[in-house]
Amino acid sequence: MRKVKEFIIEKLILICGLASIFFVILIFLFLLKEGLAVFKTVSPFAFLFGKSWYPISEPARLGILPLILGSLIVTLGAAVISVPIGVACAVYIAEVAPAKIKEVLKSGIELLAAIPSVVLGFIGMVTLVPWVKHVFNLPTGLTALTGSIMLAFMAMPTIVSIAEDALYSVPRVYKEGALALGATHWQTIHRVLLPAASSGILAAVMLGIGRVIGETMAVMMITGNAALMPHSILQPVRTLTATIAAEMGEAVVGSEHYFALFAIGIVLFVISFAVNVTADLFLHRRKI
Amino acid sequence: MAKRLLIALLFLIASTSAFAASVKGSIQVKGSDTMVNLGQAWAEKYMEQNPQEFVAVTGGGSGTGFSSLISGTCDIAMSSRNIKQKEIDLAKQKGINPFEIKVALDGLAVVVHPNNPVDKLTIDQLAQIFTGKITSWKELGGADAKIVLLSREVNSGTHVYFKEHVLRKNDPNSKEEFAPGALLLPSSQAIADEVANNPAAIGYYGMGYISPKQKAVSIAQDEKSEYIAPTVENVISSKYPISRPLFFYTNGEPKDTVKAFLDFALSQKGQQIVRETDFVPVKQ
Repeated sequence: MRKVKEFIIEKLILICGLASIFFVILIFLFLLKEGLAVFKTVSPFAFLFGKSWYPISEPARLGILPLILGSLIVTLGAAVISVPIGVACAVYIAEVAPAKIKEVLKSGIELLAAIPSVVLGFIGMVTLVPWVKHVFNLPTGLTALTGSIMLAFMAMPTIVSIAEDALYSVPRVYKEGALALGATHWQTIHRVLLPAASSGILAAVMLGIGRVIGETMAVMMITGNAALMPHSILQPVRTLTATIAAEMGEAVVGSEHYFALFAIGIVLFVISFAVNVTADLFLHRRKI
Repeated sequence: MAKRLLIALLFLIASTSAFAASVKGSIQVKGSDTMVNLGQAWAEKYMEQNPQEFVAVTGGGSGTGFSSLISGTCDIAMSSRNIKQKEIDLAKQKGINPFEIKVALDGLAVVVHPNNPVDKLTIDQLAQIFTGKITSWKELGGADAKIVLLSREVNSGTHVYFKEHVLRKNDPNSKEEFAPGALLLPSSQAIADEVANNPAAIGYYGMGYISPKQKAVSIAQDEKSEYIAPTVENVISSKYPISRPLFFYTNGEPKDTVKAFLDFALSQKGQQIVRETDFVPVKQ
């Protein structure tokens, strides 16, 4: 009887473990099946490097280069803002802060992670958009920069918590050795701890970026969604995710617009897959 | 624990089926964002009169309404444009026969910031502004500032109507498009907010959204004609050049509860609600 129970439970756990992989494969196959159909009407080159996105015109123009660049510019901006702050915050929490402040900071960061993105988008629309317009003296505050700033808030909790873990997992002897050799606290952090934890910190950065690329609601509300080739971060942009979210409801099932949106899904999937694999590589290198 | 869960589940099933039984018919209405407020107002009054029925109204855009009518997930599609041939073909393939009923009229207002000195434009000027040929307010007698174009997303009937009737001037062979720099905002309210805050912005939406925080521009068909303000009277007399019919689409001729709801919308009381929500009645 006990053996049977063991057996059943073991198999159940196995099925649960395999289920996640199974679902990923199913989702990817479905994306491929729906997305690749667009290449019957438009060549992959024209799709990826076409400069105009007019999906409902006759004939439709389906070039997603402005959308890819839009996503990249928002993501890069968010990374430039969130990485230094996030890593510095992790160093402070892991190395400098007294126990009490550490607790407050950690729960504060968890709280930041808990804010739904639509709320951040709404707050950004009301506060940040007029501010950006005013400070940079722009015709409109709905720009890539506005999206970057808001997304930086979203990436920070991921970056801080994973970078902090990486710093903690540096063996104590490294730190003690450095201090014993007469290094100051800052020298120890800067010359010993950060390099030792570097692969973990890089993984944190990559996962933070992964979060930013996939974000939809906030960017749709505050980046202006204009599908033009971005020349600067102070321009409105349209991201891959916002395009899918804004247009999926309208696309008639089975039309080329519908397939094109799935093809955008494939592009997004490939990008975030690459980001996650890179993060994973860094994480594993640390273990060896 | 498992037992308690089971009881809770049974209770849930029992309560939902009891709820479902108490409501006789449920009508799903979906589509045009322009018409959401109107549809909701109709639904509320209709349900007051017929408490045993339930009408659910959701937006998403005219295209969204058609795609759910075609996939059979709604009973009535609200639309601020005519159904496209492509959509009819697709519906026929799935055994759906779109049936059109005109339920109200709407004037599209072109709005700018109240401090903007520009207060009248011709259709031709509008087309040049929104296709990006005129880029500064200076060219129109305003301040020396870059024009910020605001448009709805492509899933909006308002977007399609504006493109076909203003940008392309009803010419089916025209290839005019919105300038790529136009900001596509997800809702009419978002356009209203941005226009209220941005002295260089210009946008368009259904007359129902006009408030003192924006200024509606008077429009003329061409330079020689009279400039007409977007008011209910001017839309009824069809003097105002950018006005359009609003439709309900059903699968085949409406029957039973759907017909009852439609009759209510077209009744005197229903058309009174049209007026109250800042649209224009089809029947006087």
